Amino acid sequence: MTATLRNLEGNEACALGAIRAGCRFFAGYPITPSSEVAEVMARELPRVGGTFIQMEDEIASMGAVIGASMGGVKAMTATSGPGFSLKQENLGYACGAEIPCVIVNVMRGGPSTGMPTRPAQGDIMQARWGTHGDHAIIVLAPASVAEAYSETIRAVELSETLRVPVVVLLDEVIGHLTETVDLAAVPEAPEVWRSFATGPREGFQPYAVTDDLIPPMPRPGDGYRAHCTGLTHAPGGFPTQVPEVATAAVTRTTDKLVHHRERIESWQVQDAEDSDLLIVAIGISARAARQAVRDLRAEGLKIGLFRPVTLWPFPEEALRETVARSGAKAVLVPEMNQGQLVLEVERVLAGRAPALRLNRIDGQPITPDDIADRAREALK
Amino acid sequence: MKDTADATAFDVNDWIRQDQMPHFLCPGCGHGIALRALVWALHEQGIDKDKLAVVSGIGCSGRLSAYIDANTFHTTHGRPLTFATGLKLARPDLTVVVITGDGDCLAIGGNHLIHAARRNLDITCVMLNNEIYGMTGGQVSPTTSGGRYTSTTPMGNSEPTFDACALATAAGAGFVGREVTMQVLALRDLLKQALAHPGFSFVEVLSDCTEIYGRKNDLGASPEMMLAKKSEMRPFAYRNTVDVPFRPNHLRTGVIARNDRPEYGAAYRTMAAGLHGEKGDA
Ligand SMILES: Cc1ncc(C[n+]2csc(CCOP(=O)(O)OP(=O)(O)O)c2C)c(N)n1
Ligand code: SF4
Ligand SMILES: [Mg+2]
Repeated sequence: MTATLRNLEGNEACALGAIRAGCRFFAGYPITPSSEVAEVMARELPRVGGTFIQMEDEIASMGAVIGASMGGVKAMTATSGPGFSLKQENLGYACGAEIPCVIVNVMRGGPSTGMPTRPAQGDIMQARWGTHGDHAIIVLAPASVAEAYSETIRAVELSETLRVPVVVLLDEVIGHLTETVDLAAVPEAPEVWRSFATGPREGFQPYAVTDDLIPPMPRPGDGYRAHCTGLTHAPGGFPTQVPEVATAAVTRTTDKLVHHRERIESWQVQDAEDSDLLIVAIGISARAARQAVRDLRAEGLKIGLFRPVTLWPFPEEALRETVARSGAKAVLVPEMNQGQLVLEVERVLAGRAPALRLNRIDGQPITPDDIADRAREALK
Repeated sequence: MKDTADATAFDVNDWIRQDQMPHFLCPGCGHGIALRALVWALHEQGIDKDKLAVVSGIGCSGRLSAYIDANTFHTTHGRPLTFATGLKLARPDLTVVVITGDGDCLAIGGNHLIHAARRNLDITCVMLNNEIYGMTGGQVSPTTSGGRYTSTTPMGNSEPTFDACALATAAGAGFVGREVTMQVLALRDLLKQALAHPGFSFVEVLSDCTEIYGRKNDLGASPEMMLAKKSEMRPFAYRNTVDVPFRPNHLRTGVIARNDRPEYGAAYRTMAAGLHGEKGDA
């Protein structure tokens, strides 16, 4: 019997979750507040037959992760804002060429070196739109150490099955928070893998259009001898500039996430029945909101919480539905930036309810009192 | 090409994706000669195409991977060595070859070359040096010769040029060599040695951008460019001879450096194997 209760730090939980999901390659470059992910991977991967490498920079680590995944091995990297920016070009390649990979981004104050040891949530938009061109990407936003573990497992699985890069977006507080995690809370299940190409080598099309919009991936050594390129490619894998073929190629990579939306989306609702005000928050700000909701409910105020666990694609139907069901007259979006999540909330609600803001960019987490004060004022 | 017995078995068409022909290179481009020499070397080394991964960057040189009948990966500008590093570490059973250009490898990707050479992972890196950014229309590169005209050196190039082989040698590459496109058989043989070397091998091919660099600098047609290049080289074996009557000593060709430092992937796996049985504390 191995003990399943563990005291873990958020960053450590990400690393252990990835290994549990079958990740066997990690390439990284040190940056506060994410370095513990690399350190745990450096220690643990060689024990399970995996490989860790510290590359010369974040561009190189992203390239190495994609290269390992092209070789048929599950791969992950971890970083923080400035390093995440350096990874963006290769991340775009992984989106275009549909190479599974997981990127943990532990957010710190910015821009630039900012406040490297202080928390922030300034990469909400970078995570979605940081790379160039039209692309699809998944971003998961854990709000506890247990979720850092379970969502990193889900990140590996989604990335594999949908052939898409998945970002696990933590803030420094969650990354460095120590909590007790029951590893057995994630039930034992068969390991989830991308579908590898099988069948005839002759006439094989690495980017064939399948019903589920996810082409099986050729593995080097299996005899397909396919071509993989960041140039816009036809189903055969080679570059194309035929307008209809190019449109179809890019559209499939974005459509596939729409097609599999139900599998990707995840959110949590607290006390949303009968709320005058609905809070929308992620990460540590959602933890503060949870406490604020309890406190305000105890005062008799009607307030609830909607927490996107999958941040991108944003669970938009679920938010609209929650707002309608609760009868909320307004939403409040507390976030550790100058207002990023609120932009998506405004887009999704399209005037159904006004979105109020609560922002901190001083390197301090938003407290339950910050939220409660703002909510009381809004409900006056 | 009758001068080697096993050469008769080599048919370049066996190694080239026929459905990708005609290729997109300009007439007389040296990159095509380099491609032929590379697949010839792969053939003679008995490399299994199914187990061969060719990783390329972005540039005219980068486009060559698409023509080779193997597992081919056309990656991002300057970064093919990083992709290749991940691929080789994850899949040590594959033969990993990188095709890169002088801009790809020495400008945007220079840092990766240094560290790939230092790490000494078993990758064969073939850098096609045509002294120019061919793909983007002929801008100056880190290897453009002094005084040469490019679209971004309208007054002639005044930046010093990079000696890529000296760089790779200093950074510790296991095998370093250079050859000109004129000497196809010597190039093939150099590439064979590079492929055979267990460690990071760096081969600089002095290639010829006839259409852009050649025209802009009045270097003549492709045969003249190749001859001129050859005449500037001195085989490395003659390194201590006097200049006259030998060729001038501008750049050396042949095997330039070789060492037996441990191959990184094997070294990592050996250390990891030592952990077996050790109780994990995670
Ligand atoms: C990040 C990025 N920057 C710039 C470019 C544009 N670009 C494409 S190829 C190239 C230079 C290629 O030169 P070289 O590596 O010498 O290859 P050649 O075409 O000469 O074979 C550049 C700058 C790019 N594709 N990506
Ligand atoms: S532009 Fe220069 S390097 Fe590119 S194909 Fe033409 S001749 Fe070759
Ligand atoms: Mg060039």
